[in-house]
This record gives sequence, C-alpha cells and structure tokens, in this order.
Amino acid sequence: MTTATEKSIEQLQKRAAAEGLLDVAYTTADSPFGPLLLARTERGLVRVGLPNQDADELLADLAARVSPRVLEAPKQLDEVRRELDLYFEGKLDRFDLPLDWRLSGGFRQRVLRAINRIPYGQTRSYTEMARKAGNERAVRAAGTACGSNPIPLVVPCHRVLRTGGALGGYGGGLPMKQGLLELEGVLDGRAAS
Amino acid sequence: MTALPPFQTVLDEHSAAVMSILQGAVGRDSADDCFQETFLAALRAYPKLSDASNLRGWLLTIAHRKAIDHHRARGREPVPVAEVREVAVEDGIPEHDPGLWAAVGALPPKQRAAVALRYGSDLPHNEIAAALGCSPAAARHSLHEGLKRLRKELG
Repeated sequence: MTTATEKSIEQLQKRAAAEGLLDVAYTTADSPFGPLLLARTERGLVRVGLPNQDADELLADLAARVSPRVLEAPKQLDEVRRELDLYFEGKLDRFDLPLDWRLSGGFRQRVLRAINRIPYGQTRSYTEMARKAGNERAVRAAGTACGSNPIPLVVPCHRVLRTGGALGGYGGGLPMKQGLLELEGVLDGRAAS
Repeated sequence: MTALPPFQTVLDEHSAAVMSILQGAVGRDSADDCFQETFLAALRAYPKLSDASNLRGWLLTIAHRKAIDHHRARGREPVPVAEVREVAVEDGIPEHDPGLWAAVGALPPKQRAAVALRYGSDLPHNEIAAALGCSPAAARHSLHEGLKRLRKELG
C-alpha cells in the first residue's frame, strides 16, 4: 500500500468520526499479558479482547451484534489505553470510563454490574454475585456471566472466586487471573489451588 | 446472505485498488478527495448493504461515480494521467506514454473508464462491468470501441 493511501485512510477515519459514522472504533494495546483489543461505541467501552482471544473473531462479532461500521481508530481509545497502562503499573485502582453494556443482557448484565462494584484488591464469590444479581441459587449462571464478560479487566471478573478461595475460571486463562490478583495484592506469588 | 465483515476489513482489502483506479480516472492530485468521498459514501451505506459477496465491485461502482461527479464539478473533460498503477501492462500499451494517455482521456466517459480499468487497473471484464454498473457484454463493448478509437487516432 502506498503512503498516500495510508494518509488518505487516516484522514478518512477522522472524517468518519466527525460525521458520526464510526459506530465501533477499535485499537490494540500492549499489556503485561499480551496484546489487548479495545473497542468502543459512542456510549463507551464495549469490548475488551484478552490476549488469548482471536481479535478477528471479536471484530466480526462486533460487526454482527453492534454495527458493521467497525473501524480501527486508535485515538478514540486513548483514554482507555491510558487508564489500563496506569492500572498495569499499579497506579490506578478505579477505572473512570463510560461503559456500553449492550453486549450482555438480563441476569448476566446484573451480575456484571455487581462485579463492577467490587473494589480493587478485594474478591467475592460466585454465590455472592448471584445473590447481588437477584437470584442466589443461580450460581452456575453467575459463573457463566463472568465467563462471557465482554469488558474484562475494566469490569473486574478476575475478582470473583469460588467459595473457599479457589480461582475458578478466567476467559484470559488462569495464569492471567492469578497475575491480576497478584498485581492487586490479593495473592502472593505462590501458586493458588 | 453473507454477513457483513467489519468495515476495516473492506478498507484493508480494497483501498489500494480503489486508490489506483481513482488515480487513473481523476489524476493523482484529485484522487485523495475522491478516495475520501468514495469510502465515506460506502461507510454511510454499508449497514444496509444486502449482499456482501462482491464488495470490490460495489466499491468500484461508487469510486466510478465519484470520479464522474468530480469531472462534472470541474465542468470539463477528464484529465488524463501518464502514471497509473505500477503493474505490468498487457497488450503492449506502454505505461508512460503521455500521448497515449491523453488520447485515453479524450475518449467518451464509458470507453475511457473501461480502458483505464482494464489496462490501468488490470481488472477483468466482469469487475469492469460491476464498476461501471453495466453488463459484462456492455463493458466488453465499451472497451472494444475505446481501443478501436485509440488505434485509429494513434495510427
């Protein structure tokens, strides 16, 4: 591709944003765990893709479920990237980002909103999350809601553990969950059960 | 119905082709403007596109219309360009022959576009047809007429 075309594309992204045609803006960002995919709508952050997730698949999913007007536009994600960088450096304990919850509905969204209120450096059990979402017996469904969290890291599903303290699961893989909990000072470096 | 891919994919796959066609059709200086207009129009219409099976043809059709708009706005005949795309040129048409491209630029719009798309952008007949919004037979005819006229004029 010629440089002229690259410049034109950059200009195009600006004009698309100015005309309100940028329904989903995305970029990739580095993290200590590998590259993240970050996507936002005009409402806020809508998707965080973890390093072990297929970015192309996530983008195709956004095209189908939000809008096919999906464009790479790194500047639109500057604030998200800045807060994530600070978080990974241990310098930020609360994200202040608008969120777009549209990719999860009903009970799952209630679980995720409850998870979003778990403070930095603390953990809760799946049972507590099920109760907060209005159905204490739906522990398994609460686990599924965590597993399908479209905005991991920022909505801290890594802070939800099994009753008794076992790690449970994580979309980004258990080593990442453990790494995040170590970063937040919840776990020390020992391998957790 | 094929699901619409993220627009970025469309941009990544087809921007170079659209740019080179526009450079052929309106010249390097104006190609950037037409490129923006083409992709903005495509982006506006994209969510309602019902068939994703020929995105390239769809984009080239839009690019062609934007090139025509450009010439209409300028109120004169197209500016021929000596440089088109850096590809091997078939059928012995030399790439850097100002006289030849001046003659191409002087052809009637459909013939000019057909010749530019075939030899400037190396498109097959069915894609020229998609770009021009006509049948492959009509595209072939425009190309044939255009070449006939060129041969006559250039001796």
